[in-house]
Amino acid sequence: SNPFEVKVNRQKFNILGRKTKNDVGLPGVSRSKAIKKRTQTLLKEYKEREKANVFKDKRFGEYNTKISPEEKMIRRFALERQQNYGKKNIYNLNEDEELTHYGQSLAEIEKLNDIVDSDSDTEEKGTLSAELTAVHFGGGGGLLRKKASSGQQDEEEEKPKSRKELIEEMIAKSKQEKQERQARRESALELTEKLDNDWKEIQSLIVRKTPKSEGNDKEVEKPKPDEYDMIVRELGFEMKAKPSVRMKTEEELAKEEQARLQKLEADRLRRMRGIDEQENKKKPTHVSADDLADGFILDKDDRRLLSYKDGKINLENEEGEEKDAEEEEEEEEEEKEDDKSEEESEEESANEDEEGDAADSHSDLESDLESEEEAAGNKEQKKHRTKENESQNVEELDPKMKAAKSELPYTFAVPESYETFKSLLAGRTIEQQLTILERIQKCNHPSLAVGNKAKLEKLVGFLLEYIGELASLDSPELRTIDKLVLPLYNLCQMFPEAASDSIKFILRDAAHDMEEVIEVKGRATFPGLDTLIYLKITSLLFPTSDFWHPVVTPAFIYMSQLLTKCRITTLQDVIKGLFVCCLFLEYVSFSKRFVPELINFLLGILHISLPKKQAQGYTVVHPFTPVGKNLELLLVCDKQDLESWQKQNLPLSTVTRLKEASRTEMNHIRLSCLALCFDLIKKCAALYESLPSFHEIMRPIRILLTQHVPVNEYPEQLREWYHSALKELENKVKHYTPLVCEKKKPVPLKQYTPKIVKVLEFGRKQAGSKKEQERKQLIQRHKRELKGAIREIRKDNQFLARTQLSEIMERDAARKRKVKELLGSLATQEGEWKAMKRKKGKN
Amino acid sequence: QLPTALYKKVLVILHDSILPYMNEPTLMMDFLTVAYGIGGAISLLALNGLFILIHQHNLEYPDFYKKLYSLLDPSIYHVKYRARFFHLADLFLSSSHLPAYLVAAFIKRLSRLALTAPPESLLMVIPFICNLFRRHPACKVLVHRPNGPEDMSEDPYIMEEEEPSESRALESSLWEIQSLQNHYHPDVVKAAAVLNQSLSEIEDDISGLLELSAYELFDKEVKKSAVDVPLEFEQIRGLFGKKNDIFAEHFTLD
Repeated sequence: SNPFEVKVNRQKFNILGRKTKNDVGLPGVSRSKAIKKRTQTLLKEYKEREKANVFKDKRFGEYNTKISPEEKMIRRFALERQQNYGKKNIYNLNEDEELTHYGQSLAEIEKLNDIVDSDSDTEEKGTLSAELTAVHFGGGGGLLRKKASSGQQDEEEEKPKSRKELIEEMIAKSKQEKQERQARRESALELTEKLDNDWKEIQSLIVRKTPKSEGNDKEVEKPKPDEYDMIVRELGFEMKAKPSVRMKTEEELAKEEQARLQKLEADRLRRMRGIDEQENKKKPTHVSADDLADGFILDKDDRRLLSYKDGKINLENEEGEEKDAEEEEEEEEEEKEDDKSEEESEEESANEDEEGDAADSHSDLESDLESEEEAAGNKEQKKHRTKENESQNVEELDPKMKAAKSELPYTFAVPESYETFKSLLAGRTIEQQLTILERIQKCNHPSLAVGNKAKLEKLVGFLLEYIGELASLDSPELRTIDKLVLPLYNLCQMFPEAASDSIKFILRDAAHDMEEVIEVKGRATFPGLDTLIYLKITSLLFPTSDFWHPVVTPAFIYMSQLLTKCRITTLQDVIKGLFVCCLFLEYVSFSKRFVPELINFLLGILHISLPKKQAQGYTVVHPFTPVGKNLELLLVCDKQDLESWQKQNLPLSTVTRLKEASRTEMNHIRLSCLALCFDLIKKCAALYESLPSFHEIMRPIRILLTQHVPVNEYPEQLREWYHSALKELENKVKHYTPLVCEKKKPVPLKQYTPKIVKVLEFGRKQAGSKKEQERKQLIQRHKRELKGAIREIRKDNQFLARTQLSEIMERDAARKRKVKELLGSLATQEGEWKAMKRKKGKN
Repeated sequence: QLPTALYKKVLVILHDSILPYMNEPTLMMDFLTVAYGIGGAISLLALNGLFILIHQHNLEYPDFYKKLYSLLDPSIYHVKYRARFFHLADLFLSSSHLPAYLVAAFIKRLSRLALTAPPESLLMVIPFICNLFRRHPACKVLVHRPNGPEDMSEDPYIMEEEEPSESRALESSLWEIQSLQNHYHPDVVKAAAVLNQSLSEIEDDISGLLELSAYELFDKEVKKSAVDVPLEFEQIRGLFGKKNDIFAEHFTLD
């Protein structure tokens, strides 16, 4: 371009790496561009400033410069055709109407004509037949004439009418045709529909038939599971399972199990401390979730379920043996006062000890010795498995067993509602219920079909509800619940979210109910046994040692409310309260967390076991009162009852019905409660030993135990409980170290070394946080835009002024010209007139 | 003279429905002083009216703080009027002219009593104590005693002492708060852990925490959504089938 039109922005300093956008400018070009733009927009606006009417050009693509004129034309044409397409003349009755002449189609005539012409070529060239000419050139009159000639009598009357008639006839004809066509179309539609239906029927038949080739009967809607299918499926499972078992040696398995448990334990500890809560959120914390992905777990639980399934038969056959085994067990475990053996009555007695050992040693992994033991345990388990397989084979031969098994169908659909679920389980024995549940799980495993996951997730809720219902019965079926917990555990391992949601839902309901009662009455009562069972189940399903857990933490708060808000008015309340205390203790047994409510409650329990007198040295808090009517609830005065008391485990059913119990029994229950209370105190003392203010926490209880409890009146056994509790309390060393704050990080001194900031992009300010930077950027952009806008407005005004000035000048020039013209003409007139005058004068 | 229920009712509305409309509110002085001396919930309620008299009508109340100190017993964390009481206590202890021994005694007693408090009260009282530390930096020896004796066999603080000045609170340390760092409620643990570090300058606003109820706490926890749910990995063997199950020792399933 012309070097005189180029403006160069000279740089004072050359800076490396800086890109300059505006080093060369073309003022002339940019000015002309601006002017052009203004003439197109601003000038137009200016010229139309007082005009209300606007001319809008709506032609297609008129202002679109991207389209070439040819294309534009084509598109417009296409558009026009499109618009006209399908749009019919409303007066046109027949859409593809042919033009007629004397009721004959013109097209047909034309065709005929051609043929005639070609024929006539040979016969009489150049001559047309009379008829043809009549049709062609008669103007319609020929036909009429012909008609007239046929009916000559009433020629005069008919002639004016006939034309009208003809038209009417034509119309009638076309209408009829139209109707016919419609009828034809409808019938065709009907036919296709019918065909479709037929095809569908046939198709469904085909589809239904394909999966099972032999079952041709249409009536069998739900395929009855035949044994072959079951065996195939079972074999399928076995096949999947076997290789991984066989491939690994027992030591490897044991080692793997140990590693797994160690990892889980480490996870648990980490969660307990509540550190890196955010960090670990991404990775799944539980291994078993992965295990489930492949659809089959080689865990103990599956095997256990299997054993239960077979256990039904075992029980029938070997009941005598079982009983013997139980007795033996009880002899062994008498000192423990444990009813473990009863719980596991289904299991084979030989395996029971090994099972227990293995389970016990799972979490004590520190010593090698124990891990060896565990390995041994695993070995035993495997033996147990193989033995089971053998027994299965034997069982298959047994006809009796087959009869027993045939009672239950092999496949179950997941029940859609709680009612169907209940009816499925109603009237079955525990073992049958377990089998049903197991089969539901197996048949609807998430890996088998898409919707199964959601279905089984529902099952968790149903099972929980069912357990709650069993627990809230008049005579709670706790044995059944005891067994149902196992499938629940397995389901929970598969669907943690669903399980946590359902338990949370239950807890929320319970808490909500209690809150409502408190609002209405001002005090609450203990909930039913079902809620307590739910809380217990929570501790079985979820790790209670976590710092925060979506289910356990609400459960904690709810239990705390139970212990602080609920009134203690009856012996049942005491038992329920003690149950909650046990729950609390169990929840915190691993994490050793401090529960003030627990201590308060135990203190209160001790308080109500004392004869009425002024409490000294300690204060009881809500829900217990130092004075009031519910004191002495646990006080036993009857000497005989005191003597005849034996420590017994409290049956949970007393929670729902206690009224029938006699006075002596009541007293015995009271003493058992007291013994439980002593034991809990002992356990608390062991648990909270490490707390710095242990003695302050336990002080009221100690005062009560040492100064107020009438030890000498207690029976021998209770005295033992008492002394063991007191011993646990007293032989703790008092140990206080003054607190020191954690050291703060020292604030670094100010230094003179330059602050080095990473430069990511030149020409942009780096300081400040991201938000601050964004704000600055926005401000700067706003400023720039404002400046630009002002400049534009100014230029617009200049442009307008220029145009206005030129307009005025133009107008002035025109006026001047006109005036000059006028003056000129006047001058010539004058001149002429003068000339005339002079001539006259001369003449 | 009055039945307890009526007494409470009168005292509840006294400060905003009766005192402002009296020509001479000072006439209520005797009534309130007697009520304040009764103890328990009635004393807590009388505090509000008394505060108005002291604040607006120049009532001189000897040993006011001693009396307030003796009002602190385990029930303050459990009673209905907890929010009211702590609101007033916050006012009374906001003065920076109070001696350090007095504030220390209050802190020590409050935290000692906190060992029996439910979580909703703990969530309120721990920030309360933190605020006291901020107002009275001289009390910080309670949480930070770098050159103290290595080992003590007894807490120097005397709980039974009625007189705050004799309670030796300043020689003690806040072991109670340290114990509460092992509380089962995660929020309490977090609140208590604040005292491990040096406190920030800005006071916590406890007005929102005064009315906290257990149900609100529960609701808050239940509504938290978790990304994943950790599971118990220990295999169970029935309802009471955990190892070392406490229930198996004391309950049967009958």
